[in-house]
Amino acid sequence: MHYRLGIDVGGTNTDAVIMDIEHAVIAKCKEATTLDVSTGIKNAVAHVLRTSGIDPSLIKHAMLGTTHATNAVIERKGLLKVGVIRLSSPSGHGIPPFMEWPEDMMDAIASSYVIVKGGYEYNGALISAPDRDEIRGALVQLKMKGIESLAVSCAFAPVNSEQEELVQELAQEILGPEFPVTLSHLIGSIGLVERENAAILNAAIRKLAETAYGSFQNILLDHGIDADLFITQNDGTLMSIDYAKQFPVLTIASGPTNSLRGAAFLSRKLEAIVIDVGGTTTDVGVLRKGFPRESTAAAEVGGVRTNFRMPDLITLGLGGGSLVREHNDAVRIGPQSVGYRIHTEALIFGGSTVTATDIAVAAGIAPPLGDSTLTSGIPSAVVKRGVAEIQAMIEKLIDKMKTSSEDVTVIVVGGGSILVPDRLKGASEVIKPEHFEVANAIGAAIAQVSGSVDGVYDVSTLGREAVIAMVKDAAADEAVKAGADPASVEVVEIEEIPLAYLPSNAVRFRVKAVGNIK
Amino acid sequence: MEYLEERDLDYIAIGAAVLGAGGGGDPYVGKLMAKAAIRKHGKVPLIKVDDLTDEQLIIPSAMMGAPAVMLEKLPNGGEPEAAFRALETHLGKKADAVMSIEAGGINSCIPIYTAACLGLPIVDADSMGRAFPELPMTTFGVAGLPATPMVVCDEKGNKLLIETVSNDWSETLARTATIAMGLASMISIYCVTGKELKDYGVRGTISLAREIGRIILEAHALKESPIQSILELTNGFLLFEGKIMDVQRNLTSGFVRGSVMIEGIESDKGSSFEMQFQNENLVGWKNGKPAAMTPDLITVMDRETGNPITTENLKYGQRVMVIGMPCDPFWRTDAGIAQVGPRYFAYDLDYVPIEKLAQAKEQG
Repeated sequence: MHYRLGIDVGGTNTDAVIMDIEHAVIAKCKEATTLDVSTGIKNAVAHVLRTSGIDPSLIKHAMLGTTHATNAVIERKGLLKVGVIRLSSPSGHGIPPFMEWPEDMMDAIASSYVIVKGGYEYNGALISAPDRDEIRGALVQLKMKGIESLAVSCAFAPVNSEQEELVQELAQEILGPEFPVTLSHLIGSIGLVERENAAILNAAIRKLAETAYGSFQNILLDHGIDADLFITQNDGTLMSIDYAKQFPVLTIASGPTNSLRGAAFLSRKLEAIVIDVGGTTTDVGVLRKGFPRESTAAAEVGGVRTNFRMPDLITLGLGGGSLVREHNDAVRIGPQSVGYRIHTEALIFGGSTVTATDIAVAAGIAPPLGDSTLTSGIPSAVVKRGVAEIQAMIEKLIDKMKTSSEDVTVIVVGGGSILVPDRLKGASEVIKPEHFEVANAIGAAIAQVSGSVDGVYDVSTLGREAVIAMVKDAAADEAVKAGADPASVEVVEIEEIPLAYLPSNAVRFRVKAVGNIK
Repeated sequence: MEYLEERDLDYIAIGAAVLGAGGGGDPYVGKLMAKAAIRKHGKVPLIKVDDLTDEQLIIPSAMMGAPAVMLEKLPNGGEPEAAFRALETHLGKKADAVMSIEAGGINSCIPIYTAACLGLPIVDADSMGRAFPELPMTTFGVAGLPATPMVVCDEKGNKLLIETVSNDWSETLARTATIAMGLASMISIYCVTGKELKDYGVRGTISLAREIGRIILEAHALKESPIQSILELTNGFLLFEGKIMDVQRNLTSGFVRGSVMIEGIESDKGSSFEMQFQNENLVGWKNGKPAAMTPDLITVMDRETGNPITTENLKYGQRVMVIGMPCDPFWRTDAGIAQVGPRYFAYDLDYVPIEKLAQAKEQG
């Protein structure tokens, strides 16, 4: 028998699960997230191993969803000095790198850049031919400025990556074979500014990611776990730990995605609305084909514009620890919360604060929890109105996120799930799956690997069908390269956007394929 | 004298996306360029149409082609000035001001960049009051003014001076050149005198875009909806509130045509709305009846944030509000309707102004 270990680091808790090859949950635990993150992970690993009683050497895969990268970018800590080479001249000088970056961020990474000849047109033709000597000169110039990490961008690199790869080759010659180089086409899609920004952020956090993921490897080895290690990325799929050390920026904001994927797995539903109720907030997202529906808004990370595809979420100040207050005749829930102090402050745990959890227990919605007799002091009218208010808040969110007039499946996960009644307006069924409280760690444990392709193609020469077949194959190849079992790979997303304002047949395709870990 | 500062560009860019009526391209690249140019060269004087003498020369500056391409092949930065100077040289005259031909989308910001680089004022006006896809679709064109001489310029330094027998030929030749240049170019076009601008320009559109943008960004800060204030400012109407159920796009005659189906929520629950677009939003149908049509402006906005959504970014699942705003009266003349009315875009519909459609709806 083999096992897999899933860990998810959240703002409040670090959750861990051990699952068998049939994906049955063998053990689960919640530990407090620590300031250094790693101690929390260590505690969770030790706890879940102890509970499971299994031989650690039987764990063959370990998956981690973590906030190391996000925290570093937001707090501007442990960042490397980054140099940028952009291949685009004569285009691109109108908008040089680092435009509209927050000043403290630019100071933190000592931003320097050179724009050199190169780049492609949408159809792969050269804007201008790259000049090796010019690139060598630029690298020497950046070396003299003391850069510690290099980011490389190129106009239409998603269409052709050769020029970025040429810079990598020359960088090894001038900066050394081990010097960290981030190529933009491996990080992001169409949109040079956003892709370059993401590549710069990635370059800045490579060292701390290497340290953090290295410490994860050591924690596991210390516990006798010699497994293939993976880190979850923001689209809900996995990167091998060696890949993640090179592309840590792709892990940013993977938490909500893990919880949505975990909900899909636990309920065996592919199309549903997922309500993740925590201690302070509730996130509502939508599953389409088992993956989170993505937001179309440009995602800012630490004040820097990127084109990461974040899950489309609505967040509401409602959680298990939300304060309950009477206001005239109405009862208000949240947005203030006792948060992680719920275990001492809520009435049912002997505290003196009326929380949403107390209301749910008093109304008999929640399963037996704490000492329900301690809620007897809450007037029954307040309990009734409070329950109605919680229900109304959730139903409003469901209505906002739903895309069909028909009732939809609603899956409820997270520690605060007990607040949610079993029947909701707009819901054909309300599912609270077993292990709902650790859905995010389960989402990490069951995650697959993916590959994607994004580019602009001329459909007039090859024909639309042939182009679609080509981009699908390319995405599937990427998934296999990332570690997917070729037999399990399928295309889960294909987007076709004809470019506006041109009487030509230029069409942008974005395709994503996923598969199971080999 | 009034000036445009860096902060104004944040407002103008978002307001121009509202005036783009779904088209005109994301102003993001133009905004970044204009802000950088103001930082480098200083604030840009914003002058009123009436500040110009009848004899003064005004040259509009714009980008042509696919704005989406410019998100990847960013401009060199020298193109707008090169196109402008080449046209001045050809005319043998120096221009007194820069203007925008198109208040909606990226072409709201490009002329501000050009003005900053040249050290010239920009006129608070344009020749559409919105966005349209073809060069003849300007109030200048409808008034019979020629689009040429015009100059098309690329990032490599290629320049093309075009003189044509009609504005339709200008469109054909300039677009062919733009495609060869890699799908995006910078142009100088429709040079006008102060008198012509006074007679045929759409006035006050830069300050209008700025005001719309200010309303939206200030509403963001307060987490309020900007929609009502925008409707008051533009004499507009809330046409529909709903969720996008389906987006269809196809390439017909080269341009992207498509439609989006929206299912009602809140006060529109039980109703449906279909919007048809070709780069811009052209006709909106509520429960099968027209609710607004070109040349009036129809804009889809994110229901939560009030951010405008261009036709390229419409997606299944978005929660939106559709608003309609009356176009400049010049478009409602017979010549204007012939150029940009519903029949020009192959709809079997007679143009009915949005306020009449709204009134008819109220009377049931």
